[in-house]
Amino acid sequence: MLKIENLHARVEGKEILKGLSLEVNAGEVHAIMGPNGAGKSTLGNVLSGRDGYEVTAGTVSYNGIDLLTMVPEARAAAGVFLAFQYPVEIPGVNNTYFLRAALNAQRKARGEKELDSMQFLKLVREKLKVMQISDELLHRAVNEGFSGGEKKRNEIFQMAVLEPQLAILDETDSGLDIDALKHVADGVNALRSPDRAFLMITHYQRLLDYVVPDVVHVLAGGRIVETGDKSLALELEAHGYAGIAERQPAGASA
Amino acid sequence: MSEPALLPLVASLVDAPLPVSGIAWLDAMRRDNHEIFVAGGLPLARVEAWKYTALRGLARRPFVDGDEAALTRAVDPSALALPGVDGARLVFVNGAFRADLSALDALPAGLTLQPLSQALHADPDPLRFVLSRRHYEADEAFTQINAAHARDGAVLRVADGVKIDAPLHLVFLGAPAEGDLAWHLRNVIELGEGATLTLVEHHLASGEQAHLSTVVGDIELREGAHLHHTVLQQAASGASLIRRTSLRLHARAHATLHLAELGGALVRHDLRAELIGDGAQLETRGVFMPHGRQHVDTQLAIRHQALNTASSSTWRGVASDRARGVFRGAIVVAPGADGSDANLSNKNLLLSGSAEIDTKPELEIYADEVKAAHGATVGQLDERSLFYLRSRGIPLAEARALLTAAFCRAVLDDLPNEALREHLSSLLIDQLPA
Repeated sequence: MLKIENLHARVEGKEILKGLSLEVNAGEVHAIMGPNGAGKSTLGNVLSGRDGYEVTAGTVSYNGIDLLTMVPEARAAAGVFLAFQYPVEIPGVNNTYFLRAALNAQRKARGEKELDSMQFLKLVREKLKVMQISDELLHRAVNEGFSGGEKKRNEIFQMAVLEPQLAILDETDSGLDIDALKHVADGVNALRSPDRAFLMITHYQRLLDYVVPDVVHVLAGGRIVETGDKSLALELEAHGYAGIAERQPAGASA
Repeated sequence: MSEPALLPLVASLVDAPLPVSGIAWLDAMRRDNHEIFVAGGLPLARVEAWKYTALRGLARRPFVDGDEAALTRAVDPSALALPGVDGARLVFVNGAFRADLSALDALPAGLTLQPLSQALHADPDPLRFVLSRRHYEADEAFTQINAAHARDGAVLRVADGVKIDAPLHLVFLGAPAEGDLAWHLRNVIELGEGATLTLVEHHLASGEQAHLSTVVGDIELREGAHLHHTVLQQAASGASLIRRTSLRLHARAHATLHLAELGGALVRHDLRAELIGDGAQLETRGVFMPHGRQHVDTQLAIRHQALNTASSSTWRGVASDRARGVFRGAIVVAPGADGSDANLSNKNLLLSGSAEIDTKPELEIYADEVKAAHGATVGQLDERSLFYLRSRGIPLAEARALLTAAFCRAVLDDLPNEALREHLSSLLIDQLPA
């Protein structure tokens, strides 16, 4: 589904990604772990098309198409979703209105019929139930005045409604207490499916106790330096990231 | 400076005969204000209050005084209706009262609503004080012009203790004519002690024209009176509209104003409020959205003159294309107005590189135990918010419109009339560049 080869990217003239390669197949959950400054968030931002991230070399192929030439909204319509590390507060834009505009814009771009408000509300109610989220959140402005945990749950809720094929979770576990973390993890687990892939970017191993990954990669110095199964995460938890910089980049195989 | 006497606008005003009422004090006031104007001329850029609004273009054009055919201009009455506004209606077309378009039957007890021309004819004395003013200040040229030339306007009174439920509707419509017209309207509004009123003031056009109009209004709120006032300005895109509104709030009076400045080529509004009674409260909420080559200037001046008075002002400006917005928000807390609470915020968005907004908050405090805050910003749409919306699939143009509309809507949040609020909200969205 996603094939990244030799990706180099710069932010403000500074090279952050230095030859990153990665392959993710449908149905898989991959965790990307690494120390601060390794390039984890840069990877998420490059994949979702944020301005200010300049790709200087390499390719990103998503379902056989070149993702890097697409504008962010086109990537979203093609099924790429980024759960933000810091979800943005947007005063004055109602959460429900926003989500319906997003879903219908994606459907329109894909040539599907837009949902009317009745159909949309029915869908939203189903998803709220699955996510165990109160509908009170729907009546507020997007993320405005939400607690850290509410913002992250709102990201997962949006993901549930938009049903992406490739979900990138950027430090979704950061800033959450253990109850909020479990809620978010339950939401992610409910969305796991053979057609959907997850890329979970995280600094800590604890999210992986609740969302068990198929593959764990270690990102350091702008490259994947090690790839393994979930036991790699436990090893990192035990020994920390010290010493990783000396490891040799791993092969592209997972 | 001999220049002003040569300007065609000034020449056409000097040449226009003053209205004659036969009421000695009124005709004397007209002559005096006319003479003050002739002596002082137009406020050009050297007058601080007009620094950002150049009158040169306007001054080069001559105008015909009044519209002789105003009573026969075809106007579709259904075009005057506004959602949620179902009370009595007073309509002026090109400066003239139109009984056929107005709805003044069966006015509730305690409400007086009539054209100024009729009020003066019936009994001029109650209007003598408010209409006797001479305006000497250099920045008041259009008030002088208005005082000298206004033939009509709205006279509105609510008696002590009377609550008027249905929103009243004042309509000022500009209709196309053979040439460019100038007309002037004078409104006098008074709410008695404990009276309550919802008022909607609507400036609009029935077709393209480039008329000049001035509207001067006094609004007096007696003790404990309560006014909700909404102003929707949709003048023709070629029209010049210069307004001055003066509010006086007595003890515990409460006024809430919502203003949407959407139309006009050259628009200027001087909005002055004096909180003269203890515990008086004022909220102003305004949005101006100039586009094309529009120029929209709001000069808000609030004076706290009594104990424990409160004012809160929230203004949003959005300028696109080559348009220009001007906002001055001046708050004075006078000596003795202890315990006053004043805040003012003006945030602005520039949607194009050629648009301009000049904003100037001013705060002067001469009293004790005052809470005051003011701030102004000019910026562009937040890139993080735009990316967030796009990352969810919303196309760039739609994302920009969504954020801009949300930015403006903040000023409508506390407008209680839901139908009117929804209508204004959709007008704001229509105004956005595609």
